[in-house]
Amino acid sequence: MTALVIAEHDNAHLKSATLNTVTAAAACGGEVHVLVAGEGAQAAAAAAAQIAGVAKVIHADGAALKDGLAENLAAQVLAIAGNYSHLLFPATASGKNVAPRVAAKLDVAQISDITKVVSPDTFERPIYAGNAIATVQSGDAVKVITVRGTGFDAAAATGGSAQVESAAAVQDAGKSSFVGREVTKNDRPELTAAKIIVSGGRALGSAEKFNEVITPLADKLGAAIGASRAAVDAGYAPNDLQVGQTGKIVAPQLYIACGISGAIQHLAGMKDSKVIVAINKDPEAPIFSVADYGLEADLFVAVPELVKAL
Amino acid sequence: MKVLVPVKRVVDYNVKVRVKSDGTGVDIANVKMSMNPFDEIAVEEAVRLKEKGVATEVIAVSCGVQQCQETLRTAMAIGADRAILVETNEELQPLAVAKLLKALVDKEQPGLIILGKQAIDDDANQTGQMLAALADLPQATFASKVEIAGDKVSVTREVDGGLETLSLNTPAVITTDLRLNEPRYVTLPNIMKAKKKQLDTVTPADLGVDVAPRLKTLKVTEPAKRGAGIKVPDVATLVAKLKNEAKVI
Repeated sequence: MTALVIAEHDNAHLKSATLNTVTAAAACGGEVHVLVAGEGAQAAAAAAAQIAGVAKVIHADGAALKDGLAENLAAQVLAIAGNYSHLLFPATASGKNVAPRVAAKLDVAQISDITKVVSPDTFERPIYAGNAIATVQSGDAVKVITVRGTGFDAAAATGGSAQVESAAAVQDAGKSSFVGREVTKNDRPELTAAKIIVSGGRALGSAEKFNEVITPLADKLGAAIGASRAAVDAGYAPNDLQVGQTGKIVAPQLYIACGISGAIQHLAGMKDSKVIVAINKDPEAPIFSVADYGLEADLFVAVPELVKAL
Repeated sequence: MKVLVPVKRVVDYNVKVRVKSDGTGVDIANVKMSMNPFDEIAVEEAVRLKEKGVATEVIAVSCGVQQCQETLRTAMAIGADRAILVETNEELQPLAVAKLLKALVDKEQPGLIILGKQAIDDDANQTGQMLAALADLPQATFASKVEIAGDKVSVTREVDGGLETLSLNTPAVITTDLRLNEPRYVTLPNIMKAKKKQLDTVTPADLGVDVAPRLKTLKVTEPAKRGAGIKVPDVATLVAKLKNEAKVI
């Protein structure tokens, strides 16, 4: 019984979600291998070999794998899937994109967004925006899984010394092509890996105010910036900052919710944070029911005051 | 070009579901049901393609119990031309739905299939990708912009850290993200018109698909509750608590 983790990387660096996925793979009980599929991804493969607990790294390198197209990446996983009992992807935009394609081709169910490995065939996963936790058992020979990063600690990035083995890269499927990428310029910590997150809601009122109020606090704390769906919908913040059921699932050490009422869809994305602070002028806001520290105040006064006090 | 739009009947997003006391599932008896919000965005996108003259026909599909007819009527009130219900009382998991849709794709030969990226009940985020794999079609998930150009479709996708754009050969599978469009409100005249539109019913057996579930739900429980917190009177107290009590800054 061996588990394969499909690494998330940008060819040069491994993404941290890979480390949490390795921990979940180890919990499945067997050896852990990591697939690094990319173009010119030697550095990412070398980094994967350093992860504690990884027995082998398989490195497939070719032009078809450069931009992570789902058709090609799924084909690469399928090319080596026969050796594995478990195929685990991080539940990131990329993992969610590719994993179901692999599962369908293998004619097996996919187990999405697991938060716990109960046994090699039984897993816990949240449903209904985290309002219920289902324990599901798979009867399929191969378990195709996406792993919610907040459910598992990150494996140590160093300490391992796995061998790196090359695998033949698949050819381009020829049905889709990569046109371009528009990366949000951001020198902050990654939202899903940040220790502190400052998040803003609809009460901010505009994109300008969102920036003006939230950014200084995030800067002061070295925090990532998040947003509620309401704030994203209203255009105050880009969609990739959205925290919630259909956005990012986060669990930082400290989550500061500013002007967020706390709809269940938002709570689904952040209620596993270690410490939650809510700043809201509505005493009835549901966010207070999950906050460790609630401050009933006008955020336009309280947040700048907080920046000064830190 | 035909556009196929699968839609799912789910518990309305405003309903806070309760776990049944016997741990067998969540209680959905007598709660409000609606079209999955991402599927509504999918229907809207397909109808806009028709209004632009790019699509010739929009076909809504739903898989599940008889009451899914209501969801299909809603899709037709938004502007879908006709609908197909794959009727069954069995529990349907994403792989089974993808197989049913694959059978309908073979039959209807659409140029595009547009689905919601995720249903808000099981939060699986699988069906579109699985359908693409089974039908051997290219896919673009989490779309925020869709543009047809000849026999190709250009799709801008919401990915971690920004946006990326793909060009797919049609036929292709697209799944919708939040910002693709804002679905219109359905008007009473359109609801009335939708009642007269064609709605066909087939069964999984008619399509030759085995829908037996592959995952067994052993139990469903309440998530761990957070302990009640406290209200602090001012910013100074908040900072003191964070430093000395929680020790997080």
